Amino acid sequence: MRLSDAPKGANAVVQSVSDAHPADPIAQRLRDLGFVAGEPVRLVARGPLGGDPLLIQIGSTRFALRKSEAARVDVSVENAA
Amino acid sequence: MSAAALRIALVGNPNCGKTALFNQLTGGRQKVANYAGVTVERKEGRFVAPSGRVLHILDLPGAYSFDATSPDEAITRDVCHGRYPGEAAPDLIVCVADATNLRLHLRFVLEVRRLGRPVVLALNMMDAARRRGIAIDVAALSRRLGVPVVETVAVKRGGAKALIERIDASVPDIVPAAIDVAGVEQLHAEVRSILADTVTMARDTVAIDDAIDRWVLHPVFGLAILATLMFFIFQAVFSWAQPIMDGIEGGIAALGTFVTGFLPEGSALHSLLNDGLFAGLGAVLVFLPQILILFLFILVLEESGYLPRAAFLLDRLMFRVGLTGRAFIPLLSSFACAIPGIMATRSIQDPRDRLTTILVAPLMTCSARLPVYTLLIAAFIPDRAVWGVFNLQGIVLFTLYFAGIFSALGVAFVMKRLRKDKSEHALIMELPSYRLPNVRDIALGLWERALIFLKRVGGIILALTVLLWFLSSFPGPPEGATQPAIDYSIAGRLGRMLEVIFAPIGFNWQICIALVPGLAAREVAVAALGTVYAMSGSDDSVASQLGPLIANEWSLATALSLLAWYVFAPQCMSTLAVIRRETNSWRNVAVAAGYLFGLAYLASFATYQIARALS
Repeated sequence: MRLSDAPKGANAVVQSVSDAHPADPIAQRLRDLGFVAGEPVRLVARGPLGGDPLLIQIGSTRFALRKSEAARVDVSVENAA
Repeated sequence: MSAAALRIALVGNPNCGKTALFNQLTGGRQKVANYAGVTVERKEGRFVAPSGRVLHILDLPGAYSFDATSPDEAITRDVCHGRYPGEAAPDLIVCVADATNLRLHLRFVLEVRRLGRPVVLALNMMDAARRRGIAIDVAALSRRLGVPVVETVAVKRGGAKALIERIDASVPDIVPAAIDVAGVEQLHAEVRSILADTVTMARDTVAIDDAIDRWVLHPVFGLAILATLMFFIFQAVFSWAQPIMDGIEGGIAALGTFVTGFLPEGSALHSLLNDGLFAGLGAVLVFLPQILILFLFILVLEESGYLPRAAFLLDRLMFRVGLTGRAFIPLLSSFACAIPGIMATRSIQDPRDRLTTILVAPLMTCSARLPVYTLLIAAFIPDRAVWGVFNLQGIVLFTLYFAGIFSALGVAFVMKRLRKDKSEHALIMELPSYRLPNVRDIALGLWERALIFLKRVGGIILALTVLLWFLSSFPGPPEGATQPAIDYSIAGRLGRMLEVIFAPIGFNWQICIALVPGLAAREVAVAALGTVYAMSGSDDSVASQLGPLIANEWSLATALSLLAWYVFAPQCMSTLAVIRRETNSWRNVAVAAGYLFGLAYLASFATYQIARALS
């Protein structure tokens, strides 16, 4: 499932980050920041207006990602916390 | 080697406490300038180690990766690789990593290690790591990385002792560059493996961060907290500064009387000092407390980690109108001054977002407008309580700020619609852990801002004030003149020529004169008004007298019209110059100046005509 569709608070594991188009700098930056296969991630909160952006926790770091950015990250969700 | 000065570069992820470490090492001995040719801020400091060796420390911009996505990161990459023109390769790289956030920061450490240069790793925020139950086997980490590792606590006195001793001892050997050309996946795998061997942590996050974020990022309470905070700041700027401002006014008036007391009354020098220097400078210096209070709030919010939260809350709104949540920080800085604000847009990677932010930044109410606003508000708006708690003057000021914000959103929206390139913009922003702001870092920040302001007062504003005094003194009135002397001067004639253009928006010729030097910087207009009215014959010249004087001379409609003018008009050469420098295009300068003057004239025209019709 896409990280942007993950339920709030659920623990998920990154499967892959896909390029939205060839040489996608946003996907590359996400990989640089640690969104690589096997990393546990969690959707902590959604923004106040239209649920965008998303607050994503990876390791002990929190990032604000727009939905379109989080949609590049494919995750598998474990049982919701 | 030991006698020569050692060039050290500080590198690290954003939010690793690198700048605090830099401040700890160099104290006030810093030189802030720009990198040659571009406008990324270059901070260099000097430090004498206990051995007597001189260390030159360069604070490089924070970077997540050498795979640069912004001009800041490109600078860091090129300087570290020793291929930045005009910048010698560092003898030693001190890589700073947040000990509480190693999973992210170690990856960059590995990239730095691959450079094949001497590297020392500073594990910063070790106190916070210990509090959070993170245990790091420093010796093992050093073995795994093959570089010396020291612990630092940048925000504590003496917290860089271990680092200083290590640097002072000897330059560490170069790590044999393990050219395994690993992809990003392998790099992360290596980080995981190192962390597994050297670090144990109780839990991923700090309970207090979670608790604060639950409120601060809450859809309803979060926005309410943000709005309250902004309103509180602007009320504080207006009310807290008052006693200090009264003190400064009194001091300058006394100094003026004392100094000019030795000069013969009616002489040109007496007039220059009294009407030009003290009237002009006094009118501007008085606003230093307000500027510093505003900067104090911005610095505290920045240091505490709240600003990215505000950007998170506002991203959606700003994205709708064609901006980005990241623009919040440059735009907020623009409330202090558009110049650092426009320079701060370098952290916006997307060039279109960046250009839009640069073009609307001058609409944010910078502190240089405060002298004009406060002068007019104090003179024309009654000091009255509203609903018991608020002050009418504060509310008017708040409204002026919001007029700037809303017009910025509107302008950004129009620009978004006009733009042809519709490809995606990125946000991707780290929300750092909350931190208690460090007094020393805040104080250094305030000191820098005060210096910049005083240099402006001392240099350009002083020169223009004196020039204006000259223009409004000569030629002198003919024999038997009935009008005040200024009417016959060059400035008086110039003002009357401009009055034709500005009469429909209610400006008299004194305002028109003041607006001309006021093109250089907004606050100059107040100094200029001080000089113009001082030359118009009234005896009292110092700034404190200007308010009551214009309250008698101007109509309310004129005052409101001038306020509206100042919401928009780009009366600041430095801002236009910095737009030229940051965008490398005169076209953008013309666009900015054109639309801002256009809006200013329209807004003043509407304000003046409506106010006159209603009164």
